[in-house]
Amino acid sequence: MPRSDQLLKIVCRTLAIGSAAVVLLIFCFLLRESWPAIASLGVVRFFTDESWHAQSGQFNLTPMIVATVITSLGAIILAAPLGIASAVFVQFYAPPALATWHRRLVELLAGIPSVVFGLWGLVVLAPLVASLGGSGQNLLTASIILGLMILPTIALLTDSAIGSVPRTWIQGAAALGLQRSAVVGKVVLPAAGRGIGAALVLAITRALGETMAVLMVAGNVATMPTSLLSPGRTLNANIALELGYATADHRSVLFVSGLMLMLIVSVLVIAASRSGGSSHAKG
Amino acid sequence: MTRVTVLIVSLLVALPLAGCSGATRAEPSFEEGGVLRGKLLLTGSSTVAPLVTEIAKRYEQLHPQVRIDVQTGGSSKGIADARLGTADVGMASRGLKPDEADLIAHQIAADGVGLIVHADNPVGELTTEQILGIYTNKINNWKEVGGEDQEIIVVHKAEGRATLEVFLQHFGVDNPAVTPDVIVGENQHAIKTVAGSPGAIGYVSIGTAEADIEAGIPIRLLPLGGVAASTSNVASGAFPMSRPLNVVTTTSPTPLATQFIQYCQSPDVHDLVKSQYFVPTASETDAQK
Repeated sequence: MPRSDQLLKIVCRTLAIGSAAVVLLIFCFLLRESWPAIASLGVVRFFTDESWHAQSGQFNLTPMIVATVITSLGAIILAAPLGIASAVFVQFYAPPALATWHRRLVELLAGIPSVVFGLWGLVVLAPLVASLGGSGQNLLTASIILGLMILPTIALLTDSAIGSVPRTWIQGAAALGLQRSAVVGKVVLPAAGRGIGAALVLAITRALGETMAVLMVAGNVATMPTSLLSPGRTLNANIALELGYATADHRSVLFVSGLMLMLIVSVLVIAASRSGGSSHAKG
Repeated sequence: MTRVTVLIVSLLVALPLAGCSGATRAEPSFEEGGVLRGKLLLTGSSTVAPLVTEIAKRYEQLHPQVRIDVQTGGSSKGIADARLGTADVGMASRGLKPDEADLIAHQIAADGVGLIVHADNPVGELTTEQILGIYTNKINNWKEVGGEDQEIIVVHKAEGRATLEVFLQHFGVDNPAVTPDVIVGENQHAIKTVAGSPGAIGYVSIGTAEADIEAGIPIRLLPLGGVAASTSNVASGAFPMSRPLNVVTTTSPTPLATQFIQYCQSPDVHDLVKSQYFVPTASETDAQK
């Protein structure tokens, strides 16, 4: 092997190991910080305690796990049809000039800081949702905000997944006399399926990890939600709300909620890769 | 190749550990030719720390030979560190307890907490029992306390927040007994929530609320025990739901600590106190008494 190749190999391997190590390091850090709480309380108490009142020694995380999963699922249910439709529109139905501008707008949406989404949700969306009852700060509002935030991820990744479907397939399908809707539905979307699956996984992990915007609109009450109009506290909102003011055991318990979030994301990513939705786009 | 990898991985492992070394005792300070020099370490309350940090920045500009290090960790840590001498000065967002009489508290500001409702809410004042009833889910509609037929939305603070502690202590209620509809973090979050929801009630730092009312945000501060919730009533000590923000020393602080505390209590820093939404206290300093 030439010397330059050897060098490149070393550099690439080192960088690859480095980027993988970051995740492991974060995991180790979370484990180390949360260990005092796990060791002294045991894992079971995080599911069986009466409520979450860390300063009174109650550490039930279950309502937060439920709220985290509900808001993320809600977001993906809202954003997936919109995102995929947006990509199909850009690729097959929009005039070229409009397609360019549409793409730019969606990219712009991706660039809006999450705190802006949160503030808009708090002062505009929440009062609107409040007309359904309650304070307007609830799981529904959080899902809508999260849906808007992950929409560009789905739209842009689906767009590129569709773009990587071989042109010859599409031309072949058209040559067979299929209508455009049939080409999209029967040929393009199935062919881009894995890429779209990867887009959805990436979007849902982003939704699971989002903090500030959710904190501002979800109500943050750490009790078991009974409907979409119930307030809910996500695991990461829990950390953001209390970490700055927590000491000793309370602080350690908050790292447990971070660990829990990481486990949820891991389970999701592993499940997605097992079920065939490979984590890299087909191309 | 593997050696390089091991090196990089071990470096990455070591990095997060490196930031965890404990606080070290500041060097003793001394005065030399009339110029103050030395280091000062303050630890304690996370409520007081941002204010002291701002004051310390200004003090360091005035006295370039002085370095002031401010670390948080809660009022109890501030008091323990001041007592043990691991810090020169402790910070506490509360008064001293009887068993802490071996220390001296120097008040640098006051923090008042007031109840806020939407500006359209016709309710003029709530009694202590009514507020307790609202926060413990016994009263759920404004018409029960003389308002309109509207559901009450209870806005509460997250655990550990300073305003929450003042509120719980004033009303003598345990946090698990409170049944909130919304839990917020920052004061601004509470104010925006109440402003956006006509049936809501919450409590925030009075300084913040006053600034926002002036800016035209539709909220109203409720009087408490017949006393209007205003920064002037907090400064005079008339408003019941307030607390002192203190720095704490032993009976024999270092000269530099004494100097710095006098500066913290002087009118020179009142603008900083107000910018943090706290209330400056009378300008006579404890250290001079």
